[in-house]
Amino acid sequence: MTAAALLLVVGCSSSSTPAAGPASITFSSDGTPGMVGATTSGSMPMPMPGSSVAPAASDAPNGSNAVNISNFAFAPASLTIPAGSTVTWTNKDEEPHTVVSGDGTTFHSPGMDTGGTYSFTFQNAGTFEYICSIHPMMHGTVVVTK
Amino acid sequence: MTEKQDPNGMSRRQLLRHSAWFGTAVALTVAGGEVLSSVAGCASQPQSQPQPTLRFAQISDSHIGFTGTANASVTDTFTEAINQVNGLGYTPDFVIHTGDLTHLATADQFDQVKQMMTSLKTPHIFTVPGEHDTIDFPKYQQAFGADTRGDGWYSFDTAGVHVIALVNTLNLKKLGHLGPDQLDFVQKDVATLSSDTPIVVFSHIPLFAMYPDWGWGTDDAAQALGYLKRFSSVTCLNGHVHQLFSKTEGNVTFHSGTTTAYPLPHPGDGPAPKPVTLPAGKLHDALGIREVSYIKGQQALALKEQALQ
Repeated sequence: MTAAALLLVVGCSSSSTPAAGPASITFSSDGTPGMVGATTSGSMPMPMPGSSVAPAASDAPNGSNAVNISNFAFAPASLTIPAGSTVTWTNKDEEPHTVVSGDGTTFHSPGMDTGGTYSFTFQNAGTFEYICSIHPMMHGTVVVTK
Repeated sequence: MTEKQDPNGMSRRQLLRHSAWFGTAVALTVAGGEVLSSVAGCASQPQSQPQPTLRFAQISDSHIGFTGTANASVTDTFTEAINQVNGLGYTPDFVIHTGDLTHLATADQFDQVKQMMTSLKTPHIFTVPGEHDTIDFPKYQQAFGADTRGDGWYSFDTAGVHVIALVNTLNLKKLGHLGPDQLDFVQKDVATLSSDTPIVVFSHIPLFAMYPDWGWGTDDAAQALGYLKRFSSVTCLNGHVHQLFSKTEGNVTFHSGTTTAYPLPHPGDGPAPKPVTLPAGKLHDALGIREVSYIKGQQALALKEQALQ
């Protein structure tokens, strides 16, 4: 509010831009990205359906194969498990996160909302680094032993 | 040019009260055009301010689908933002949404935000995706990608202004990323333009290093901006950071816009860019819309920030 007011002040309040129609700019109806806005002044916004919320698991996983996501960090950041184990990530932040392997394909969770979980079973031994694709400064590693 | 604020010096509430942070942006914005041109008009002929050649509105970071404590209803505040654009007193030539239309990129969220935006009274609505939208990029493309180039980028000319909309939320390593195909697009896109053509660039993540530790920058932006170096006026408008901030580097002015959903901390204020829950009654001050106008013959575009009413 303060910022808006400051911008509009400074002397010449009498010379405010007159309300007027749009400048003569046209976008071709074909081949232009984006969408067309409301064209009639009388149109009212339609009531919107309720937003759908991704299902959230109420229980955090227990056991040693659990990784919690909190404060934009994976905990533990490095997890060592035997092959065949399933790791479950739980998002405890108010911000959504994902879990995506470094190669982008080995595992790739959907967006996990608050309380959401994602599980992946590691069949093969190796070191798997992963990030949150929304916040790629978040790094984690799963080390799978034979 | 940009002064990094000392996050330890003041609490967020104090910052808001003193408008110190916003004040920085405002001062730069004022230098950027609108008020200066108003003053000039005032001195000579107060009633003869020229009609802008181009006027558009920017909205950003609606995060449809967010259900946290920082905003009890992001659909309500987005509706209010749309109504505020519709109440500007003129019809903007277009409206740009600079990304994070949705919170989780679900089909329902894309449907909902798209339906809501159809009530914007403007001939055209443009979008770029945010990293929340690219959780499921094919769904974004399905909803908003028609007639775009490559992975969702595009450009157009309107009223003598060349507008480039970039996608820097794919293939992220740490920062925003454009990638070689898009850089190639930018180079070719501007190759035949006269250097006095005003350039406007939209992206979700800032094209300047606002706070790299939180991913608030774009790793290969310098190359894109290099292609724009010869132009006398380049204005880059982004979202992502949920707060106003402006910075000038040479011929380029960067303006981070605010959100219609919830504030994020100022850079480095706390461990992570987590949604900030403000005291009751304070949320609308942190949300808003932006008006941008261009008067032919003037170099800089003029910006006006409006807090959500």
